[in-house]
Amino acid sequence: MISTSNLASPARRAFMGGAGRTVLSAAAVGLLANAAGFGSPAFAKAKAATSADVDVLNVALGLEHEAIGAYQIGAESGLLKPPALKLAVLFQSHHKGHRDALVATIGKLGGTALAAKTTAEYAADLGAAAIKTDLDVLKLAQKLELGAANAYLGVIPSFESRDLAQVSARLAADETMHWTALSGALGDMLPAQPLSFGA
Amino acid sequence: MPLRAAILFSALLTVAPPAVAGDAAHGQALWEAKCIACHALDANKVGPKHRGVYGREAGTAPGYSYSPALKASHIVWDAASLDMWLKGPRAFVPGTKMTFSLAQPQDRADVIAYLKSLSPAAD
Repeated sequence: MISTSNLASPARRAFMGGAGRTVLSAAAVGLLANAAGFGSPAFAKAKAATSADVDVLNVALGLEHEAIGAYQIGAESGLLKPPALKLAVLFQSHHKGHRDALVATIGKLGGTALAAKTTAEYAADLGAAAIKTDLDVLKLAQKLELGAANAYLGVIPSFESRDLAQVSARLAADETMHWTALSGALGDMLPAQPLSFGA
Repeated sequence: MPLRAAILFSALLTVAPPAVAGDAAHGQALWEAKCIACHALDANKVGPKHRGVYGREAGTAPGYSYSPALKASHIVWDAASLDMWLKGPRAFVPGTKMTFSLAQPQDRADVIAYLKSLSPAAD
């Protein structure tokens, strides 16, 4: 529910009033934490989010929809065997948790959650026709997880709400965990240099 | 002229090409690590397809649902405008859906060089 009251000082409201931004309820911001088990003391004092933040959350939701679709394609390909299949199903469940939290939060903030494409559409977008082996599946997942980790880190400065920025960092941590596990499964070396993630 | 359009027009007049030369090969590596979550070369994803973006007018990739702000911007993507865009898309075009930025000028120049390499007809 959009609320423009009790959230910001007059000066802050004036600052955030431009460019079509709408100040949104702090309680709604906290929903993302609660919906995905992200509860932390930080969310009890969540700062105001804006409609611009909702746009960023929808970008994140698009990434989560695609990740779920990608793992579905991989799982249904018949190319993955345990333990890789088990790993893929686990990671997909993480992305479903992210998706559910984002959808709930976008709704509570008064936005419209981006709808998922069909699995067939994701297959076309991701070039699934070229996937022939289990390594191809894992490499695709690895590439998407790296991109998602960097995307979540890269959008942190865009959030008006520091609490949503923290959530983005936590989502990035999940994606980094996935990328690291997939890199291990593929036998890839970890980055030699520090600070290899993020913009 | 509406205020936002005037500000954008003014910004465009003062955009200078990036000072650093780009390395397309490194730009490809950066693109694959940082842009690929939202973009593909030949398919619209969270963001629009990138093949041919250099030299294209903003908001015109077929089949992608752009923000009204970007569609109304009439920006043509070249080295200068892409540098401003990647530096801070929401500062460059308020209201755009694009949120990701590249902080380092060299990284931006490299990615731009890569995007340009995908648009051989560009200058």
